[in-house]
Amino acid sequence: MIEKALKGSTGYWVWMIFLLSLMGVGGLCYAQQFNYGLGITGMSRDVTWGVYISQFTFLVGVAAGGLMLVLPYYLHNYKAFGRIVILGEFMAIAAIVMCLMFIIADLGQPMRAMNVLLYPTPNSMLFWDMIVLNGYLILNVLCGWVVLHSEYKGIKYPKWIKPFIYLSIPWAISIHTVTAFLYCGLPGRHFWLTAILAPRFLASAFAAGPALLLIIAMVLKRVTKFDVGREAQDKLVTIIGYAALLNFFFLGCEFFVAYYSQIPGHMHTLDYLFWGLGHGDQVFNNLVPFMRASVVMGLTGIGLIFYSRAKQCDGLLVLSCALIFISFWIDKGLGLVLGGFVPSPLDYVTEYVPSFQELGVTVAVWATGAFILSILYKVAISVKLEKEA
Amino acid sequence: MYGKGRIIPALILFLGVMTSPMWYCSGDAGNLPKPEKPKDYTECVAPTQFMRTSHMVLLNQWRDDILREDGARKGITANGTEYDRSLQNGCMKCHSNKKKFCDVCHEYTSVKPYCWDCHLQPKEAM
Amino acid sequence: MDSKRRDFLKIAGLTAIAGIAAPSAFNTLLKGEALASAGPAASGHGAAAPTGKRYGMVIDVKKFTENPGLAEQCVSACHTIHNVPDFGNKKDEIKWLWVESYEHVFPEHSQDKRPDALKEMPILTLCNHCDKPPCVRACPTKATFKKKNGIVAMDYHRCIGCRFCMAACPYGARSFNWRDPRGKDANGRPFIKAENPKYPTRMRGVVEKCNFCTERLAIGQIPACVEVATQTKGLIFGDLNDPNSEISQVLKTSFTIQRNPAIGTHPSLFYII
Repeated sequence: MIEKALKGSTGYWVWMIFLLSLMGVGGLCYAQQFNYGLGITGMSRDVTWGVYISQFTFLVGVAAGGLMLVLPYYLHNYKAFGRIVILGEFMAIAAIVMCLMFIIADLGQPMRAMNVLLYPTPNSMLFWDMIVLNGYLILNVLCGWVVLHSEYKGIKYPKWIKPFIYLSIPWAISIHTVTAFLYCGLPGRHFWLTAILAPRFLASAFAAGPALLLIIAMVLKRVTKFDVGREAQDKLVTIIGYAALLNFFFLGCEFFVAYYSQIPGHMHTLDYLFWGLGHGDQVFNNLVPFMRASVVMGLTGIGLIFYSRAKQCDGLLVLSCALIFISFWIDKGLGLVLGGFVPSPLDYVTEYVPSFQELGVTVAVWATGAFILSILYKVAISVKLEKEA
Repeated sequence: MYGKGRIIPALILFLGVMTSPMWYCSGDAGNLPKPEKPKDYTECVAPTQFMRTSHMVLLNQWRDDILREDGARKGITANGTEYDRSLQNGCMKCHSNKKKFCDVCHEYTSVKPYCWDCHLQPKEAM
Repeated sequence: MDSKRRDFLKIAGLTAIAGIAAPSAFNTLLKGEALASAGPAASGHGAAAPTGKRYGMVIDVKKFTENPGLAEQCVSACHTIHNVPDFGNKKDEIKWLWVESYEHVFPEHSQDKRPDALKEMPILTLCNHCDKPPCVRACPTKATFKKKNGIVAMDYHRCIGCRFCMAACPYGARSFNWRDPRGKDANGRPFIKAENPKYPTRMRGVVEKCNFCTERLAIGQIPACVEVATQTKGLIFGDLNDPNSEISQVLKTSFTIQRNPAIGTHPSLFYII
């Protein structure tokens, strides 16, 4: 089936070459980082995780978003998702590969990455993260490929794949829960030390993942003859809209707890993120415009997405999904990870600005994800269009 | 087989290129490494043959023992001489010239131990 | 795909997975190292009496206020014998022991209506060698671990540089080697001013912190910082579990505070302000 990715229009090849060039530039940036050390990034003694880990955290959510398609289709027989399920599973594969790449890019000693396997440490959440991420990758590759291949051969998928598909449902919840547990179990970081972190992660995942998927589905409708169908689109709007609303509700809960209790540990990070934190004689507020934009974009996106469904307008749909996706990318990517480090345990504020090489590697990893996604989607769409013809 | 006429010769060429390091120097082991033994000491912490095959294993054992289990930092050789169970402060005390001892074999076998990224080499060899 | 090829690939895949999982499974079963080792726990709810050694330190801040420059000498001693590099900028900074002011060491304590003199007091800050260390819980490779004598140690050979321990530490005690500590700055000055040939450096990409001078304790010496402050008794080091040790006597008679006690890490460091 993979040979289908080797045949394409000029547009397809231009896109692939563009992605490869981005990957090349990023590769050079990573080589610089490998030679100099992680100091080439904007991270410091106080802000020890930056863009790489924040992208990883966000992308685990995007991968978990695939669940929102698998669950209705396989568990509840919601046939309208028939065309879009494979897109969700393949997007999960690309997202998880990006996650793993970001983790490796962030390691100080990447050659020793196998130590996590050689010296298993069940009390460490990173150990479990490694297990669940790789497990989810394998599950999606297995389920997606087998089902697609069966469709390619024109038969129903084999019975033995069903348990794996069912397993991928709780497993998707687990990947993002474990990733949330990385943060919410650390006693020294009050911004992260909240029980609602895992539910918040899942809510934003179930909005951001399908939002991205819907954007790509609209692009596919334009660029190929592949149409996921009006009913699938509309149902996804419901899922995205309510999941996004839930995330903002959770954010509201965080605000309430912080500002009603007036406990400094809870308030200070939200102050830094949304209003600017006065510390000593300086005011630190480099993330404020982003965070405020994120809230505005998110709420606008939610309103627009329901409106776009009412008006059956695809253009508005893409816009609203983009707004929601970017809003949650800022919220989880920038806000959550960087916010946890401000103020530091010694009550200092160190701001973080990513360096050029850091951004280069980040763009390259996203390009790699897009590259893998393009290949997988090319295969999936070619098979589906052929079979349904 | 489809394309037999192209595949078989290409395969033979490929195998030839891949195995070239072996038959290019066939039979000649090159200049065998001659590590210079330290002049003032007569015995090592373990028999030479053991050290030749397993000195890295021994170093790892010392490391895990001392670092994790608070093991003894001093050891005794078969003849009763005391030594430090340490790379930097033990092995290098006698084998004080890293270039003439350690590096000779390591370069021959193309082994690049990363010990020296952290452990300081004795001054003479640097 | 033809079924023989498919079977071959299935077997190859299963073998690969078994090959990767087997060494770790064997490691776990044979070495029994699966859980991060816990030292003798001193629970706050009156549990069983602790056994074994538990090294700790009392820092008498008054002594450092009375002897200006002493705290800096302690820092210098520590950083010199351990080859701690000085990169010259805050971003890449590595410090095992350093001087802070009260509001930064004890941010969760009240800062209201404090005596003016408190602001100027030099408070030595280092790893607390907690009894229930969150960093040890977080480390995915057991590169940081708690020894039986209570010291939270680092194994630089195993550290993969994920910096999870740095995120987990509630006290900001850990530093990361963002670049090669053996390098030189723009003016050609090496980051490690004077190498101590008896102790290794670290490499870039690993986390480091105070180790309570394990290598000195092993040969019967006291930690370097404690030695510098011996005359003034600014730093008292000893076995917290030994009721007859000097440190236990000091703790019985002086009121001490600890950093962020509410989070239950049970630090081994006590401060007399």
